[in-house]
Amino acid sequence: MSETSLQDLKPIPSPGRQIYKPKGIIRFFARFKYNKIALVALIILFVIFAISIFAPYLAPYDPAKGVLTERLRPPTLERPAGGGFPHIFGTDQQGRDVLSRIMYGGRVSLTVAFTVVGICFIFGTVLGLISGYFGGWVDMILMRVVDVVSSFPGLLVALAFVMVLGPSERNLIIALTVNGWMIHARMARSQVLTLRESAMVESARAIGLSVPGIVFGHILPNIISPLITVFVLDLGHQIAAEANMSFLGFGIQPPKSSWGLMIGEGRQYIASAWWLVTFPGIMIGLTLLCLNLFGNWVREEFDPLSRKQ
Amino acid sequence: MIQNDRENLVVVRNLQKLFPVKAGFFGKARSFVHAVDDVSFSIKKGQTMGLVGESGCGKTTIGRLVLRLLEKTSGEVEFKGKNIFNLNKLEQKQFRREAQLIFQDAFSSFDLRKCVGDIVGEPLKVHGLASGSELTDRVADLLKTVGLKPELMREFPHTLSSGQKQCVGMARSIALNPEFVVADEPISALDVSVRAQVLNLLKDLQEEKDMTYLFISHDIRVVRWLATHIAVMYLGKLVEYAETEELFIQRHHPYTEALLNAVPVEDPFQRRERKILLGEVPSPVDPVPGCRFQPRCEYAVDRCRLETPPLVEKSPGHWVACFVDFHGAGDFS
Amino acid sequence: MLKYVIQRLLFTVVVIFGVSILVFVITHLIGDPVKAMLPLQATDAQRAQLAHQLGLDKPIWQQLTEFLGNMIRLDFGVSWWQQVSCLSIVLSKIPTTLVLVGVSFIIAIIIAFPMGIIAAYKPDSLLDRILTTASLIGICLPSFWVALMLVLFFAVKLGWFYTSGYGTIRHLVLPAVTLAVVPAGHIAQIVRFSMAEQLNAQYAVTARAKGVKESVVLVKHVLKNIMTAVLTIGGMDLAMYLAGEAAAVEVVFGWPGFGSLVVDTISRQDFPLLQAEIFVVAVIICLINLIVDMLYAYFDPRITY
Repeated sequence: MSETSLQDLKPIPSPGRQIYKPKGIIRFFARFKYNKIALVALIILFVIFAISIFAPYLAPYDPAKGVLTERLRPPTLERPAGGGFPHIFGTDQQGRDVLSRIMYGGRVSLTVAFTVVGICFIFGTVLGLISGYFGGWVDMILMRVVDVVSSFPGLLVALAFVMVLGPSERNLIIALTVNGWMIHARMARSQVLTLRESAMVESARAIGLSVPGIVFGHILPNIISPLITVFVLDLGHQIAAEANMSFLGFGIQPPKSSWGLMIGEGRQYIASAWWLVTFPGIMIGLTLLCLNLFGNWVREEFDPLSRKQ
Repeated sequence: MIQNDRENLVVVRNLQKLFPVKAGFFGKARSFVHAVDDVSFSIKKGQTMGLVGESGCGKTTIGRLVLRLLEKTSGEVEFKGKNIFNLNKLEQKQFRREAQLIFQDAFSSFDLRKCVGDIVGEPLKVHGLASGSELTDRVADLLKTVGLKPELMREFPHTLSSGQKQCVGMARSIALNPEFVVADEPISALDVSVRAQVLNLLKDLQEEKDMTYLFISHDIRVVRWLATHIAVMYLGKLVEYAETEELFIQRHHPYTEALLNAVPVEDPFQRRERKILLGEVPSPVDPVPGCRFQPRCEYAVDRCRLETPPLVEKSPGHWVACFVDFHGAGDFS
Repeated sequence: MLKYVIQRLLFTVVVIFGVSILVFVITHLIGDPVKAMLPLQATDAQRAQLAHQLGLDKPIWQQLTEFLGNMIRLDFGVSWWQQVSCLSIVLSKIPTTLVLVGVSFIIAIIIAFPMGIIAAYKPDSLLDRILTTASLIGICLPSFWVALMLVLFFAVKLGWFYTSGYGTIRHLVLPAVTLAVVPAGHIAQIVRFSMAEQLNAQYAVTARAKGVKESVVLVKHVLKNIMTAVLTIGGMDLAMYLAGEAAAVEVVFGWPGFGSLVVDTISRQDFPLLQAEIFVVAVIICLINLIVDMLYAYFDPRITY
C-alpha cells in the first residue's frame, strides 16, 4: 500500500453534470423552492386529474340526464326548483348540469390525451433508443421515416383517418397516435446520441454488461427527465388536438362528452347562453397552462444547460 | 516485434483502425482517419507495456481495440491465444472478466445516479459473482484495497475528491480480478498532488494481483516509472519499441529523442541542448505516403518521402522504424 | 446552395408520394365510399353501378397506379361532391385563407415583438412576468374558444363586427385577431427568452462600450441574432395554419377558406378532394420550410447550404 492514504483527502464538491440525489417525495417538493408557480400548477393539475378520475362520485348530477324545465339556466348559486345542488355553471339546452358535464368531459379529454401520449411515448422512446444506440443504417432508415412522417400535414392525416374509420373515441386515439409518436422518437434518439459515446457507456460495456442492460439500466435513467418534459408538454398538445377534433365534430361523439365537444355543441347558443362555451374553454386553457408551466419547470430544473445562470 | 512465446498474454498483429470522415447527404465516407495503422506488438504476462505519443496519435484507440470496445478495421488481437474479435457470447463475457479498462477521467465513466457501492459492485453483479451482503463485503474489501474507507460506499461520486474518484474507478476495474488492465492516461486528469499516490496504487495492485498492464500516457516520465517496455507511437504507427532502461540509454528514432528532449530537467543548473520539434502534427486524414514523421524530421532523406519504414530489430529487443542510422546521444538514465 | 435546394425538393417529392400513397391506401382499404355516398336503402345493383362509375371495382394496386400516374400530371379527378376538378376547388380556396393568415401574422408580429422586447429589457420585473404569463396563456387557449369569446363580446354584445361571413374589413378583424393569438404568444416568448441571452452577450456589451446607441444595438445586432429562432417558430405556426389547423376558426366565422373546405370534405367523404388537399398542403409546407431555410442563411451568415 502507498504511504499516504487517500481517505484523508477532503471531498471537494464538483460542478458539472446534473446530480440526482436519492429519491423521496420530500426532496421532490424541495425542488420547487425557487418556483412556486410550478408548484401551484402541479397542485391544480392534481385537482383536475382527481376531479376527472372521481367524477362519478363528485358530480352533483347525471351528465347525460336533462331536466326539461331547467333548460339553459344561467350560472346561479340558488338551488333549483326540484332541490339539489345549485347549477353553479348553469345548464345546457337539454337541461343538463354543465358542472357535471365538465367533470365527466374532463375524464374523456384526459383519457384520450393520456392514452395517445402513453402509446406515443413508449413506441417513440423505444424506437429512438434503438435508433440512437445502434446508429448505422437502422438509424438512417428510422430517422428518414420520422422526417417524412413529421412533414405530413398532421391535422389532415388525422381527419383522413377519422373520415374512413368513422368518428369515435377509439378512432380519434388512432388518428392522434399516428401523428404524435415522432417527437418522442426524436427526443429519445438525440438524448441517446449524447450518451452513446460517453465514458459511462464504455465503462458499462467494459465490465460486460449486455446491450439491454446498458440501454435500460444506464442510458434510459439518465435521459428520463428530458423525456418526461416532452411527455408533459405533449399531453397539453394532445388535449388541444382532441378538443379541436371534437369541436369540429370528428372526435368524441354524443352522448359522450369532452370539453372540446361541449364548446362545439354550445356554439349555436353563444348569443343567449355564454356559459356553455366559456367554462369548458377555461378548463382546457387552465389545464394546458398548468401542463406548460410544470413542463417548463421540469425542463429547467433537470437540465443544467437551460438553467438560468 | 512479436516474440513467439507461450507467455504472451496479448498479441496484436497488423492492427488497423480507420474512422470514416463523413460527407454528403447519405453520409458516404470519402476519406478516412488512419487512427491505428498496421500496429503489431505483444505483452507477456506480468509485464507493463507503456504506450507513449502525442495526443491524437492513436494510443487511446489501441487501448479500446485490444479490449474490443471498438471494432477493428483489419488485423488481429489475441488474448490468451484466442482472437478476441471472434469470440462467442460466453467467451466474450469471460474476456470482459479478464481484461479491464481504467479511465482517464473516472468520474465521467460513472452513472451519477448510482452511489459508490453500486458503481464498484456492478461488475460483480453483472457476472453474478456476488449478491446481497456478500456483495457489500466484497465492495468494502475493494474500497479498502484502493485505500478508501468502506463508508464511502453510500456516498455519491460527486462528493468525492478527484483522487478518490479515480480510486473508485480503479476499484470498479479490479473488481473482477482481471489479468490484463488497460490504463488510459489514469493520472493525467488528476491534480499533481495526488498523481504519485495513484501511481503507487497502480504499482502495488500489479504486484499484489499479478496483473499485466498496457499503460497509455503522453508523459514518458510517468511511463518510465511503471513500464517494463515502452512503445512510442506517432500518427497511428509504432516508431520505436524497447525495454524501458534500454530506451533511456539508447534511441534509434528521432521522434523518441524529441519526446525525451521535451522533458524538463529538475536541476536548473544542468543545461542541455534542447531540440524542440517544429511544425504541427499533420492531419491523420489520408496521410501522405512515406514515413509519417518525415515532414518534421531534420534527418529525413529522400527515401523517407517515398517508402514507409518497416519496424526492424536494430539490436536484440530494440525495434525501430527509421531508415536513418540515428543514435540518440543524450543519456537520460 | 443549388444542391441543397435540389435535395430539399427531392425530399418534398418523397413526402408528397409517401403521404398520398398512405392516405390512398388507408382510405381505399378501410373506407367504403360507396356506402357513404348512397342512401341506406340503395340496392346492390345501384351500389355496384356507382362503384364501377368511380372505378372502385378495380383491384387496389391498379387504382393506386392510376392515381399516382394522374397525380404526376396534377390530375386528381373530379370532386364527388361538387363535380368539379378537385385541384381547381382547392386552389380557389387558398387565396382566401392566405389573406386571413397573412393579416393575422402581421397582427401577431406587431403585438409580439414589442411585448418580447419590453419584457427582455426588464427581466424578472413585474411587467416581464405579466407579459410572459400573458403570452403563455395565449398559447394555451384553444383558438376556436378565443374565436367564440371574441364573437360574444365584440359581435354579440358590442356589435362592432360581423359574427360571420367574408368580404369586408369588419368580417376580417375578428378571425384575424383570433388566429394572431397563438403565433403572437409563441413569438413573444421566443423573443423574450433569446433576447435576454443576447442583450448581455459579449458582442452587445462591446457595442455599447464603443458608444453605439441602444436602438442600434437592438436592431442591428440583437434582433438580427434572434431572428433564426423567431423564424423557426413562426414558420411552424404558418405551416400549421395553412395546413388546415385554422379550420375550426374558419368554421366559427364562416370564412370560406381552405379550412372550411377541409371540414366539408371530411363530412361529405369526398376522397379525391381530400387527396388534392393533402397534395397542395404538402407542397405548401415544403415551400414554407424552404423559404425559412433561405431566410436562415440571410440572418445567420454562418449557415451555408
